[in-house]
Amino acid sequence: MGDTLRNALEFVGALASLLLASLRRFFARPFEGEQIGRQLHHLGVRSLSITTITAVFTGMVLALETAYTLAAYGGKLLIGKAVALSIVQELGPVLTALVMAGRVGAGITAEIGSMNVTEQVDAIRALGADPVKKLVMPKLIATVLMVPALTILADFVGILGGLVISIVDLGQSASFYLRQVITTLTFRDVLTGTGKTPIFALIIVLVACHNGLRTTGGADGVGRATTHTVVVASIAILVSNFFLTKFFFVVL
Amino acid sequence: MTDPFIRYVDLRKSFGAKKVLDGVSLDIQHRETVVVLGGSGTGKSVLLRHTIGLHRPDSGKVFVDGDDVTDYSEGRLMEVRLKVGMLFQAGALFDSMNVFENIAFGLREHSSMAEDEIGERVRQKLALVELPGVEELMPSDLSGGMRKRVALARAIAMEPAGLLYDEPTTGLDPITASAINQLIRGLQRALGVTSIVVTHDIHSAFTVGDRIAFLHEGKLLFTGTVKEAQESAEPRLRAFLAGDGAPAEGR
Repeated sequence: MGDTLRNALEFVGALASLLLASLRRFFARPFEGEQIGRQLHHLGVRSLSITTITAVFTGMVLALETAYTLAAYGGKLLIGKAVALSIVQELGPVLTALVMAGRVGAGITAEIGSMNVTEQVDAIRALGADPVKKLVMPKLIATVLMVPALTILADFVGILGGLVISIVDLGQSASFYLRQVITTLTFRDVLTGTGKTPIFALIIVLVACHNGLRTTGGADGVGRATTHTVVVASIAILVSNFFLTKFFFVVL
Repeated sequence: MTDPFIRYVDLRKSFGAKKVLDGVSLDIQHRETVVVLGGSGTGKSVLLRHTIGLHRPDSGKVFVDGDDVTDYSEGRLMEVRLKVGMLFQAGALFDSMNVFENIAFGLREHSSMAEDEIGERVRQKLALVELPGVEELMPSDLSGGMRKRVALARAIAMEPAGLLYDEPTTGLDPITASAINQLIRGLQRALGVTSIVVTHDIHSAFTVGDRIAFLHEGKLLFTGTVKEAQESAEPRLRAFLAGDGAPAEGR
C-alpha cells in the first residue's frame, strides 16, 4: 500500500516536472513552429472524424432516452434542455477527452516509445538537441489547443444529433428544439464544460509522453506502455472530471 | 605529452543490483582509435554512452578534451556532443525523416548555415560514406549496411573531433561488415578523428583498432596494441579471442 502510494506520487511528480520542462522549452530558441503546426494537424485535425462521430451518436441516443424514460413526465418537451445540458457540461468534454486518450495518447506513447527503444531519443540528445523540446513540447501545445476546440465542435454536433432525432423520430419542429437549447444554455454552462478540457488534454499528453520516454524492452515494452497510457489517462480523466465539476460549481 | 582526448577515471555504474562498470580507467589519445572489446552484457556500450552524458556514472570521472564533463548539466553537455559524434548500434535514424533531413538535423539545430550550404554538406558527407544520391529515401527503404552509412554521415555532419561507434558491424553480413570496417579506417585517415569502437567482432577490432581494451564483467583486463592483444597471456582475453566462451560468464 505504501509502495503504491509512493509510486503514484512519483508518477505525478514526474508529470509535473515534464510539464515545467516543456513550458520552459516553448520559450527557448529556435521556435518549433513547424513541428507544432504538424502536430496540430496530426493530433487535432485528424481526430475530427472520430470525435464528431462520437458526439453525434451520443446526442442522438440522449434524445431518444430522454423522450422514452421521461415520457410520463412530458419528456418529449424536455429533449432540447436535457441534450444541451448533458452534452455541453459533461458528455462533450469527457467523451472527447476519452476518445483522444485512446487515439492521441496511445499514438504518442507508441511513437515516442518505439523511438526510445531504437535509441532515436538518445540520438536526438547525441546530436546536441533536446528530446523534450523536439518531441514533447510540440505535442503538448497541440493537444492543449486541440482538445478544447474539438470539444466545442463536439458540443455543436451532439446538439445537432439530438435535433435530428427530435425531428425525425419524435415529430418536433426544429425551432422548438433549438429555442429550448438556446434558452437553457448559459455562458456558465459552456465555461464549466469547456474549462475542464485543457486539464484533460494535459493529462493525456503528459501521461503519454512520460510513458513513451521511459519505455524499455522492445516491441513488448511499447505495447505495455501504450496500454498503460490509455488506462491511466482514461481513469485520470474520469476522476478529475468529478473534482473539476465540483470545483466549478463552487467557484462560478 | 598532451592530455588524452578522452579519459575515464575509475568509472563505476550499476543498474539496480547489477554492477555494469566496476572501476574502469582508460585514456584515449588524440587521433587514435581504441577498440573496446568484450562479450555481450559486459558494459561496453554503457562505457561508451558515458562519454557524452547519455549515462551518468555512480562514481568516477569522465574527461573530454581536457574538461571534466562528469557533472555537466544536460544543457552544457551539448558542447561535448558537438565535439564527439556517436554512431548507434542499429543506426537510430529518425524514421519520420528522410536521409537528407536525418543528416541535416544537427546542422539545422546548431548552425546558421543557409539551406544550400546544408545541402552541400549533406552531399559531401554522403559521398564520404560512399552512398551518394540517396537523400530522398526514407530509413525504411534502406538496407542494414546503408542505414549504418547514413547514420555515420549524420554523426560526422557537424565535423566532430571524436567519434563513438557502438557495435558498427553487428547484424551485418561479412562482406558489408568488412566494407564498414574499411570505411571506419578510411574516415580516420581522411578526418583525423579520435575514435572509440565498441565491438565483440574480433576481426573488426583487429582491422580498425590502434589499441585494444578488453572489458570483462565491468573491469578492463587488458589494454595494449593489436599485436600485444594477440600475444597476451591474460587467460580470459585468450579464451575470448579463441572463441572459448569467456563472454558467456559475463551474461
